[in-house]
Amino acid sequence: MAGHATQLDAKTLWGGKESPFQTSYGKLMMWFFLVSDALTFGGLLVAYGFTRHDFQGAWPIGEETFNSMPFLGHGYPLLYVALMTFILIVSSVTMVLAVEAGHRMDKNGVVKWMIATIIGGFFFVGSQAWEWSHFIHGSEFGKIELSDGAQAIVKGHFGEIKNFTVVEAGKHHKKGAVITEDLMHEFQHAAEKGYLKDGKIQLHDGSIAKINKEADSHMKLIIKKDGKTNKVGDAPIHGKAAEKMYYESLYAGEPNHVIYGANLKQNEYGPQQYGQFFFFITGFHGFHVFSGVIINIIILLGVMAGTYHKRGHYEMVEKTGLYWHFVDLVWVFVFTFFYLI
Amino acid sequence: MERDDLIEYSLHAHHSEDQGKVIRKKIYFVTILLTVITVLEVALGAYIKQSSGAWPYVKWSFVVLTLLKAGYIVMVFMHLGDEKKTLRYFILVPYILFILYLIFIALWEALEIGSAWATYGGA
Repeated sequence: MAGHATQLDAKTLWGGKESPFQTSYGKLMMWFFLVSDALTFGGLLVAYGFTRHDFQGAWPIGEETFNSMPFLGHGYPLLYVALMTFILIVSSVTMVLAVEAGHRMDKNGVVKWMIATIIGGFFFVGSQAWEWSHFIHGSEFGKIELSDGAQAIVKGHFGEIKNFTVVEAGKHHKKGAVITEDLMHEFQHAAEKGYLKDGKIQLHDGSIAKINKEADSHMKLIIKKDGKTNKVGDAPIHGKAAEKMYYESLYAGEPNHVIYGANLKQNEYGPQQYGQFFFFITGFHGFHVFSGVIINIIILLGVMAGTYHKRGHYEMVEKTGLYWHFVDLVWVFVFTFFYLI
Repeated sequence: MERDDLIEYSLHAHHSEDQGKVIRKKIYFVTILLTVITVLEVALGAYIKQSSGAWPYVKWSFVVLTLLKAGYIVMVFMHLGDEKKTLRYFILVPYILFILYLIFIALWEALEIGSAWATYGGA
């Protein structure tokens, strides 16, 4: 492929004309950039490892945190991330095929494979947007602080909220009114603020309503922080016992018993740093993918205009290819160290 | 003025139709390999829990499989394997040395800090 090595004597090598690496300036500089960028990502992942190693409590487990699929719901541990990995690997393959076509001066081949690469890149960025949105909004159950002070994450199927029936009038809602809109949002907001009590919700306008909700199923509580009786590492609590403990705390009418989703201060999955590293590492990688797609589009325009064909070689495609493969390379490590381990 | 004494290495990268076939075959082989490794990793992660006794082995096999994947991406997709040996080592050796040192020093320090917290307490 590239860089056909030929034997050179020392005089030619150091004479200033021949490159010791027998490669062009541009490609060498791209490698220099990639090494420095790899150091940045290496630093980020090592920092993540540092935090995990000195952390005292239970660290979130990837397959418990990331187990949702678009349109399918919960119960698919890590499948979505695996799909994202596969998409990125495939787009890396189409890129290397574009480079190969370039070496044969096959302009149409380069165009075809670069378009495929760009589509793959957009798919990956889109997947990441979905995952961020899911991470930020969180699960329907959230993380619950039990009555003994222990904290638990909750798995299972959340019974749908049908409506709220007002039993005590407030500023807007009259007694007997049935509210059917924005239920989940109201419910979670009230849960965080401690406005849920004995099966009733206090709405924004001060009215009190009865919650008409379907039963949950397959509920499972996994302890993540020690309490007086429940400890980390205990067997998960299932079914009715789990429901009793969960709703005892949720309907206690006290604030801050439940956390939904994630922001930079807290998240339902684990310690604060977990959310911060998630946002920074996947965000920084996602930014690289996004810039990669933009660069690929610019180069594709150059290919279509025939700029590189006239030049006699498609090295620009090879150089952007290097960057694109690097993005895939980083993801392989993020996938292992952030999601799997 | 255009210089004619510079060597266009970029032109050395061309290959023929037949060579292309061989290269593409290698690319497809690596694609399948990377996919199989990813599927294997997810299956291992789904079936063996972190609380199980086999987890440490699974964890280390993740690291080994990841390095294998990374090796194929760098050597074949980024075709560092086809570059001159000096360039290959010039890129890889300093990086690997530095990152190994960083991993060692940071994780060791983290374990010590962790045990200090555990011993002397604190919020």
